[in-house]
Amino acid sequence: MNTIWFQTPLRGKALSLLLLAIFAAAPIVADRYLLSVLILVFYFTYLGHAWNLLMGFAGQLSLGHALYLGLGAYTATALWVLFGIGPWVGVFIAIPVAAAAGLFIGWLGWRFAIEGVYFALLTIAFAEFTRIGFDHLQVTGAAGGLFLPVNGDAAGKWWNLGGGPLLYYYLSLGLAIAATILVARLRQSPLGYRWLAVREDPQAAQAVGIDVFRARMLAMLISSSMTAVGGVFYGFYYRNLFPSQVFDIGRSIELILAPIIGGLGTIFGPIVGAIILTPLGEGLTGIMQSLGLNAPGVKAIFYGLTLMVIISLQPNGVWPWLARHLRLDRPRK
Amino acid sequence: MAAITLNVIVQGLLTGLVYGLMALGLSVIFGVMRVVNFAHGEFTVVGMYAAFVLFETLHVDPLLVLLPIAAAFFGIGYLLQRTLINPFIGRAEHEQFILLVGLATVLVNGLLLIFGPDARPINLPYSFDSYAVGPMFLDKIRVFAAVAAIAVAAALFLFFRYTRTGTAIRACADNLTGAAVVGLDVTRLYAVTFGLGLACVGAAGTLMATIADAAPGLAQAYTLLAFTIVIIGGLGSMVGALIGGVLIGISEALAGFYIQPSMKSMFSFALLIIVLVLRPQGLMGRRL
Repeated sequence: MNTIWFQTPLRGKALSLLLLAIFAAAPIVADRYLLSVLILVFYFTYLGHAWNLLMGFAGQLSLGHALYLGLGAYTATALWVLFGIGPWVGVFIAIPVAAAAGLFIGWLGWRFAIEGVYFALLTIAFAEFTRIGFDHLQVTGAAGGLFLPVNGDAAGKWWNLGGGPLLYYYLSLGLAIAATILVARLRQSPLGYRWLAVREDPQAAQAVGIDVFRARMLAMLISSSMTAVGGVFYGFYYRNLFPSQVFDIGRSIELILAPIIGGLGTIFGPIVGAIILTPLGEGLTGIMQSLGLNAPGVKAIFYGLTLMVIISLQPNGVWPWLARHLRLDRPRK
Repeated sequence: MAAITLNVIVQGLLTGLVYGLMALGLSVIFGVMRVVNFAHGEFTVVGMYAAFVLFETLHVDPLLVLLPIAAAFFGIGYLLQRTLINPFIGRAEHEQFILLVGLATVLVNGLLLIFGPDARPINLPYSFDSYAVGPMFLDKIRVFAAVAAIAVAAALFLFFRYTRTGTAIRACADNLTGAAVVGLDVTRLYAVTFGLGLACVGAAGTLMATIADAAPGLAQAYTLLAFTIVIIGGLGSMVGALIGGVLIGISEALAGFYIQPSMKSMFSFALLIIVLVLRPQGLMGRRL
């Protein structure tokens, strides 16, 4: 982080701090709706970082991150609803549960040399398998869903993540900032360089003595653990969980859009992607409503077209292009 | 009991042949071009709606419009490959994936916008007829759909085996550089391949519309189903796609009957995981 920070040009530092100040002060002026949009921006930034570690840095395509999100969400909320164990304890149980699933999938995939699209399909298969399993798991309400109390003492005090939008706003902002710092540090660490080597050429990395399997497993460990924490946030923020929603492949897809659109394997990609995509979708809903149109599919169609256009024109993502034009990228030596 | 089980297996087999035809389209596209068509199920459902609309407006039997719909899908596929997808050939898998997920999103929400979320059935005069064969009762529509699926698959197989274009496409799949060196027009052949893949999907969607009610919500499940079948059968193997389809059809039918209908795809995914780990080339793993 230090290196990256010191290498950032002055205007980059100024812009980062300005953005941070705006986000920190936003609740003073923003209404409930705007806050909910910003919470989504931070949430997708956070999850984007988590997924980007595995795909952008270690080069392994996972299309089943909904599995870790769902396991994290279900573990922590079920502990709270069934046993009254609060999320601050629950999160430390949710992380090992999701990480165990991730490591098992990683072990299976990389030990048996399942690569590329095949690995992606393996991750989808596990997520879908678990989704249907939870649809029939009576203890968590099966397909009928798991609900957290919304009002009164049962909802929990703020330290048990029961509270108003401000609580979730600063919590999600904190998660996004923490994830950004963690990713930036990892990127500059020896492990980060090993990941890049493994991503670019696994065989060459192996030949220079990098344990490819271990590097990938570490990426999976961190990525699935981070996603599980995002799942805990998801569970306590939305306060209802349905297997068909939280484990759905749509969840896996939506959380990878921000890093891909923003720029795979970059530190600011997930942030830029989330800032572009989330308000885009929300803004369109607003425009549609103000025009008095109520067509459910239009927002998603626009979303799909945006994806097709951006991936056709800027396959490396928006951030590298933006950084070049704003002259924010680090000076080349 | 044995008779019931046999009935369930045969019903699953008939449905599985239609699944197989759908997966065949994916296998051809993936096997030749290495493009991950993540909009496969979405195109299938578009085919179902095409059959539904023609049935509602012109009252024609879906079996009669099978070939026109397949031909239209061939044209759509050819143009799509030429314009949208060709720049993505050879690019990273996640880029192709995003492009096709975008396309899938547009397709499925377009259907939602036009037709709404409700399931649209096609009620044919013979929808509830069946043939009694020994102890079995075979649904007439399933028999027709399965026979049509085999016919389309056979036509495709003969095309790849005996025509010049088919041979050229197989050459591209075998050795792309070699194919380009001997002067094959790879761009055109890829467009034909994508067209053929979508023609399969159009035909499969038309047949699917007779045995299942068309709904936008089916699309994603069909995409996963097609990938599952193709991986189990063996990527690029045409026979494998049909065998995979039949296997999945039977396993879904048995699981749906003896365990719970809502758990039937769990067995497909378990089967997919086992095949990926133990035999990643699939049951009939062999190049096209």
